[in-house]
Amino acid sequence: MIVGERKPFSEILSMVEDYSKILVVGCGSCVTICMAGGEEEVKILASQLRLAFKKNKKDIEVEEAMALRQCDDEYMNDPVLIDKVKKADIVISMACGVGVQHATAFFNRIITDRPIKIVPGLNTTFMGANLDVGIWEERCVGCGDCVLEKTGGICPITRCAKSLLNGPCGGSSNGKCEINKETDCAWHLIIERLEALGELDRIKPIEMYKDWRPSHDGGPRKIVREDMRI
Amino acid sequence: MNEFEPKIIAFCCHYCALAAADVAGKMGLQFSPNIRIIRVLCTGKIEVPHLLKAFESGADGVVVISCKFGECYFKEGNFRAQKKVERTQSLMQEVGLEPERLMFDFVPGPGAKKFVDILNGMTEKVRSLGPNPSVH
Repeated sequence: MIVGERKPFSEILSMVEDYSKILVVGCGSCVTICMAGGEEEVKILASQLRLAFKKNKKDIEVEEAMALRQCDDEYMNDPVLIDKVKKADIVISMACGVGVQHATAFFNRIITDRPIKIVPGLNTTFMGANLDVGIWEERCVGCGDCVLEKTGGICPITRCAKSLLNGPCGGSSNGKCEINKETDCAWHLIIERLEALGELDRIKPIEMYKDWRPSHDGGPRKIVREDMRI
Repeated sequence: MNEFEPKIIAFCCHYCALAAADVAGKMGLQFSPNIRIIRVLCTGKIEVPHLLKAFESGADGVVVISCKFGECYFKEGNFRAQKKVERTQSLMQEVGLEPERLMFDFVPGPGAKKFVDILNGMTEKVRSLGPNPSVH
C-alpha cells in the first residue's frame, strides 16, 4: 500500500489560514490503513484547526468529508462530497500525492464556475508493508522491472541502500547495513533465503546494469489495457 | 471579578474509576463540582478525536482515569489510553494549548481517596492555567 505521514500542523496551517471556509477530505484506502489520512485523522486535523483558529480569534469554518478512494472518479463522484467542495474556499486532501492530484483534476472538471484549490495534508512517503501495529516499511520503489524471482522475493532495489544488483557490498556487517544498525542488509537476507531454497547458484551470474527506462526517469508512466476500453 | 471556575471532563473507566466514585460517595468524600464525568467501558476505547472534541466543546481541562497498569479488565486498555493521551498532548501543543490541561491517571477500584484527590488536583491545576483560550 501507499504509506504517508501527516505534514506538520504549522505547515498545514500556513497553507490555509488566509481562507474562511476550509474542507478537510480524507481518503478511505491506503492512507486510512496507515493511519495518516483516514476518518480519524480528518477529525483530528479539523479539531486542531478549529482550536487554533478560535484561539487566534479567527472566524474560519472547518468542514470534514471522506472519499473512499481519491484516486478514482467512481468514488469521488458523490453529490454530498461535491457540494461540500463547492462551498469551501480551500480543500485539504488527506490522500497520497496521487489522490491530491486526481482530486484537483476531478473537482476542477466537475465544478466549472471557479477554480478549486486543493492542498496536501500528507507527505506521501513510500510503498510499503505493515510489519506490526503502527510499523510500516518500504518494500517497493516501483522501478517497473521486477527482479524478485532472482532474489528470493527480497527486493535489492528497494531494500539495499545502494540498490545493488550484485551484492552485498563491503558495508554489510553481521547482517546489518552500514547506513543504520537497525537496517537489515538486503543482500544478507537474499543469500540466506536463496540458501534455504537451495537456489544459491542464482546469484552466481553477474547481473548487468539495470535498465532504468521503465522507472520514473522516463517521465510519468502510463498503462492502457485495450481489452478494458470500449 | 468572579473567580474562574473551570469546566473539567473526566473520562472514567467503568471498572475502577466509577467504582472509586461510588465508594467515595458512600464514604461521604466530596470532589469539586467543576467535574463532569463521562463513563466509558474501558479507557482504551477513548480515541484522540474524543479528547480534542472535549476541548472544542468548551472543556478547560480533561482527565482520563483508568485502572492501574496490569489490572485493566480488558488487559491493555489503560496502556492504550495513556498513549492516546500522550499523542493528544502533543497535538494540543501544536495548536498552542497547554498540554497540562489534559491528564492521565489511574485508581484501583476501592481507591476513593485517590480518585477525589485526582479530580480536586486537576481542578486546581486548570484553575491556575486559566480558561481554555480556544473557547473563551
